[in-house]
Amino acid sequence: MGALFVRDLKLSLRAGGGALLGILFFLAVIAVIPFGVGPDLNLLARIGPAFVWIGALLASLLGLDRLFQIDREDGSLDIMLMQSSPLVLTVLVKCLAHWTATGLPLVIASPFLGLFMNISGVAMAAVFATLLVGSPAITLIGAVGAAVAVALPRGGLLLAVLVLPLSIPVLIFGVSAVNGAIAEPAPFLQPFLMLVAITLFFAVLGPLAAAAALRASSD
Amino acid sequence: MTTTTAGNTFTNLANPTRFLNLSGAVLPWMAGVTALLFAVGLFMAFNAPEDYQQGVTVRIMYIHVPAAWLSMMCYTVMAISAIGTLVWRHPLADVSAKAAAPIGAAFTFLALVTGSLWGKPMWGAWWAWGDARLTSVFVLFLMYLGLIALIRAIPDPSRAARLTAIVILVGFVNIPIIKFSVEWWNTLHQPASVIRLDGPSIHPSILYPLLVMALAFTLLFFTLHFSAMRAEIWRRRVASMRRRAAQAAA
Repeated sequence: MGALFVRDLKLSLRAGGGALLGILFFLAVIAVIPFGVGPDLNLLARIGPAFVWIGALLASLLGLDRLFQIDREDGSLDIMLMQSSPLVLTVLVKCLAHWTATGLPLVIASPFLGLFMNISGVAMAAVFATLLVGSPAITLIGAVGAAVAVALPRGGLLLAVLVLPLSIPVLIFGVSAVNGAIAEPAPFLQPFLMLVAITLFFAVLGPLAAAAALRASSD
Repeated sequence: MTTTTAGNTFTNLANPTRFLNLSGAVLPWMAGVTALLFAVGLFMAFNAPEDYQQGVTVRIMYIHVPAAWLSMMCYTVMAISAIGTLVWRHPLADVSAKAAAPIGAAFTFLALVTGSLWGKPMWGAWWAWGDARLTSVFVLFLMYLGLIALIRAIPDPSRAARLTAIVILVGFVNIPIIKFSVEWWNTLHQPASVIRLDGPSIHPSILYPLLVMALAFTLLFFTLHFSAMRAEIWRRRVASMRRRAAQAAA
């Protein structure tokens, strides 16, 4: 399993892996927003945390179709299906590797992108913390969509359509935790802990459902 | 399982031909009762007293509330069918899930449109993003559409059945999460007033028409669902006969 983690990580970080494309997309989304809503710094500071979250959500959706697609193309997915260790564990490790390669850079980049949006220091820390615990949930939910879409032509678009509604709770609790950190009456810890709970919940359900879907689509 | 004839009703229904016979016998009656209930329900709804605050717009409720209930019941039917597909490999379960998806989407759409029409005079806006109920029903609508797209994207029916079943179940787990997550927002929508522990909080003169309409909608759903299931079974038979004819010709 450790070897699989390292292999997946290397594959996605090398040329053609497309892991860093996500950051570029994230940057582009954030750069588009001030052009759309205007350069009003106060407005940007207010809506900034939400848009950083939405940008991270869209950017992590972008790379998800590659989670199982490459392994299917070169046949290693069939070997993973046949090996004796449980497929659920394999999927979980693949998700972790995928998140480390694509999700973690987004989380690290988010404070710098927050600078563009005139976000305060506290809010930036809150965005960073919520993305750190929340973005794995998006990868784990997305694993189900990726496993379903792996055998389909034009699976990438279908994946986004299936995964986006399911990831709405992550977005809601992430943004409300950030708002809780900025504005006084709203609590920070409550939505933050809910976010952690959602991530842990999908750490169980996501790989289970994705493994079932991989088995269903392989034969 | 020694004989195929001596099973319970559940396994008997697994035979598509038996289902076709049974549903064919029941359907005309169901359609008739549905029409009758709609006639009675609409008559009662138009004779129900107007609300002292909301005026005549309160009558939208007789369509809106049953449609919203049905949108959730339909997803529950799909989730049960999904379990049937994955656990028992029940041959009709996947037909049921596939047939229910467009019907559920239609009821959800109806609930959204009537809610929007009701919201304009009451809240002053067609659409209120701050409302928890509206938003979670909208997410449900998106999930229905995504499922329909998924079913249509996979040509092989048995593979489509299992993949869709998995997504339906993940979505079913997610529905409570969506519901509770959006309830963190301030909400305009009134809380549940019919199904409560201390009994319904609305007056019987409004409650009875609503219940008749709810029953009519439920029967309408099952009528449509059975017809759609029959159509799907026939469609599959035609497809397999065409395939056999093509093989014989080749």
